[in-house]
Amino acid sequence: MGTFIVRRILVALSVALTISIVSFMLLHLSGDLAASIAGPEATAEQVEQIRIDYGLDRPIVNQYLEWLGHALQFDFGRSYYYQSTVVDLIVDRMPITLTLGGLALALAVCIAIPLGVVAAIRRDTWVDRLALLFAVIGQAMPSFWFGLTLIVIFAVTLQWLPAAGSDGWQHFVLPAIALGYYATPAMMRLTRTGMLEVLESDYIRTARAKGLSARSVIFKHALRNAVIPVVALAAVELGFMLGGSVVIESVFSLNGLGQLAWDAISRNDYPVVQAVVLIIALFYIVLTLLADVANAALDPRIRTR
Amino acid sequence: MTISTSTTHEASAAEGARPATLGEIPLPAPAWSRLTRKVFGHRGLTIGLCLVLVAVAVALLAPVLAPHDPYYQDIANRMVPPVWHESGSWSHVLGTDKLGRDYLSRLLYGTRISLVIGLVAALISGVIGTTLGVLAGYFGGRVDAVISYIVTTRLAMPVVLVALALASLTGGSLFTVIVLLGLLLWDRFAVVSRSVTQQLRDSEYIHAARTLGCSLPYILLREVLPNITGALIVVITLEMAHAILLEATLSFLGMGVQPPLPSWGLMVAEGKAYMFFQPWVIAIPGIALFLLVLAINLLGDGLRDLNAPGGRS
Amino acid sequence: MALLEARNLRVDLPVDAGTLHAVRGIDFHVERGEMLCLVGESGCGKSMTSLALMGLLPRRARLTADCLDFDGIDLTAISARQRGGLRGLRMAMIFQEPMTALNPSYTLGNQLCEAFLRHRLGSRQNARERAIHLLERVGISAAAERLDQYPHQLSGGLRQRVMIAMALMCKPDLIIADEPTTALDVTIQAQILRLLRELQQESGTAVIFITHDLGVVARIADRVAVMYAGEVIEAAVTPALYARPSHPYTRGLLSCIPAPGKTPPGSRLQAIPGVVPSLVGHVEGCAFRNRCPLAEARCETTPPFMALNEGHRARCHFADRPMASATPSQPETIS
Repeated sequence: MGTFIVRRILVALSVALTISIVSFMLLHLSGDLAASIAGPEATAEQVEQIRIDYGLDRPIVNQYLEWLGHALQFDFGRSYYYQSTVVDLIVDRMPITLTLGGLALALAVCIAIPLGVVAAIRRDTWVDRLALLFAVIGQAMPSFWFGLTLIVIFAVTLQWLPAAGSDGWQHFVLPAIALGYYATPAMMRLTRTGMLEVLESDYIRTARAKGLSARSVIFKHALRNAVIPVVALAAVELGFMLGGSVVIESVFSLNGLGQLAWDAISRNDYPVVQAVVLIIALFYIVLTLLADVANAALDPRIRTR
Repeated sequence: MTISTSTTHEASAAEGARPATLGEIPLPAPAWSRLTRKVFGHRGLTIGLCLVLVAVAVALLAPVLAPHDPYYQDIANRMVPPVWHESGSWSHVLGTDKLGRDYLSRLLYGTRISLVIGLVAALISGVIGTTLGVLAGYFGGRVDAVISYIVTTRLAMPVVLVALALASLTGGSLFTVIVLLGLLLWDRFAVVSRSVTQQLRDSEYIHAARTLGCSLPYILLREVLPNITGALIVVITLEMAHAILLEATLSFLGMGVQPPLPSWGLMVAEGKAYMFFQPWVIAIPGIALFLLVLAINLLGDGLRDLNAPGGRS
Repeated sequence: MALLEARNLRVDLPVDAGTLHAVRGIDFHVERGEMLCLVGESGCGKSMTSLALMGLLPRRARLTADCLDFDGIDLTAISARQRGGLRGLRMAMIFQEPMTALNPSYTLGNQLCEAFLRHRLGSRQNARERAIHLLERVGISAAAERLDQYPHQLSGGLRQRVMIAMALMCKPDLIIADEPTTALDVTIQAQILRLLRELQQESGTAVIFITHDLGVVARIADRVAVMYAGEVIEAAVTPALYARPSHPYTRGLLSCIPAPGKTPPGSRLQAIPGVVPSLVGHVEGCAFRNRCPLAEARCETTPPFMALNEGHRARCHFADRPMASATPSQPETIS
């Protein structure tokens, strides 16, 4: 178990390093950064001046190593646009994105697992079909459009909730629904298949043969085993949601990491873009690491190896 | 000392004819609920297939079907509501946008963009992902370790953000968006083809081909590939849907397909400012997008059910 | 009064092609403290019978019986809740697959004590003590430490011992053992069989032992009921069945078994020609007639369950005829 975790952490670290290299290279090689920063009206001399000012004229490997040296000390440089360091910007915006992601995940889990369980128990009934329909719709709905629709219905027509901003909890309700619905279908389907599989298993029959009530058969014996893969999926989904928050934050004008990244992209503020991509990738890496550990902790066959 | 049923079966097979009065051994029973599920799966498949065929027909026939030029700006007739609205008219069935362009015509031409992006991006990522996956699955060992590492790394990259940044740098256009998505969405192809190839690797006919001295490319292309296409077709549909949604998202955020092309995501973005008073401007392209993605997903789910009779997952 | 009495027990399953009559009106009884073996090929309805007794039939299955009494309780009439009160407490079950019959996520102690606690037979401490006692009794060393282990840490044989201990936890009146040794290695099989027989005799629990292995039957059963195509076609006390098998199917089965000293080396083993008939739809007449050497026109009508001697009955028109073929002598019993 111990060596398993150590090995996983080593892989996670090297993946993080690789991502930093890849995203750095992608950003620096897929276009002329200096020209982008200078803007379309700039003269050739101005572009050259920027290239020198920002250190973009040096070999890219040197640029990367310098960036990495600073990044390892949590210094991601200064924003080209804001009068502040990238770290300050990220620390400032992170709580909003984490709140949004956490709420969305909580919502998704609270809907997906019960719905998946009920769909499995009442398999091939109207409940099951309704659950499937709910999942199929969720998978096909563009989240930006779903968000806008929520605004039109709940903020504009019914005026129950605010459409934009991030001042109070009310501001997070609609974004969390929009983002959470995106993560629900996969978790629901996995819970359902897992439950169906487990309910057919021999040990469920053993449990019933002991005279246990339907409730303890389902919740103690079945769900415990069916939910193990769902935990791992939930962690992965949270990672995806943090990455996808750029869309929802833009729709609901939430000032989080996603919005910061989008602003930075449209303003060619590359130090910020580079840092946000890396931070979100790091979140994903840590989350999948935690998922593996949780998996091992939940499944005695792995835990006691 | 065991009663072997197989002996009795063999005996009867040797005997040939058997008394017909009592019939054959029944198949295992629990097929009942599976059947209804299969029917339901097939229903989804049928609906999905029909909708996809409609979308393809619309894309091909857009010039014939469209009542107007999708780019023609009729400034005098801006923001005309659709025909079911009290001030709508039959000359613009779905109304017009903020520049007075016919919404129905733009919607019909938008089908082309979504389908082309979905198809080409899925093909590009299919080639990349399948190549990686088959190599990893076939060779295993160190090749597998390296490729699995690449896949892990790719999965950890936030696709939307990376796509946004790169589209912005390369100055979004239909072509760059397609290439970008193709280069980013190959992970599921790799994962699926890897696991299917692993199962195939030790099969009799692969062994046979190897023993006969078939060349490696021959084995991979003629023996492995045809046997993983079933699984790959399912992934292609799902990745098409994925690519279509991502393109719409990029275009909605202003970094994807650029105006005046009638991308559905772009139409939603352009209608955003008017959605409070004319909600149909975002409803119409949004529903079109939803239906197309739904159709492709239903098709994929249905194909998966046919592929693996165990049921839907 | 018998502990369990079943008359005209039927189990029907709806399938695509119609109705599968898995169990077609069987009669049997189990006395307190005796071991009854249900013998038959797979698909003959013996597992369905055991699930019907436990109330664990698939939801779509339909159970009917003129009488299905367990210690005076009508099992066809009681509620699901009352059923739950019986299961585990007064009737327990041991399944075929020890590898999958235990929940991988919980410790053995947890799963052993579960039924004891569910039926409120005592405190957690009592349950634990009884679990340790039983684990020791079924031959598991270091029982106290085993309680904190997980199923995957045990071999198949050990797991089946745990399953046996689990079935005994609440001192049930009846244990149904559904092919408990089929999935085990041959050497382990003998140990488990011996253990079951010992436990059954010392605790006075009645056991319905389900098997397809006539060799097993001879060693442990007090009485035998042979099933074929959803019916009990012959029932007798064990020695009588081996001495005077009266149904052609039973005779056929016995002649399939090579007997040491009697079957000449190199000779072909007997097999029963033909296949089991389909049980979908209405079945008329003797179900064995398409494979039977004695079949005549009157086999088109369903034969009665003819009484031959005290406790020996067979469902065949010719059951009282003298035996056609010689049968091997009865193998030695353990009891």
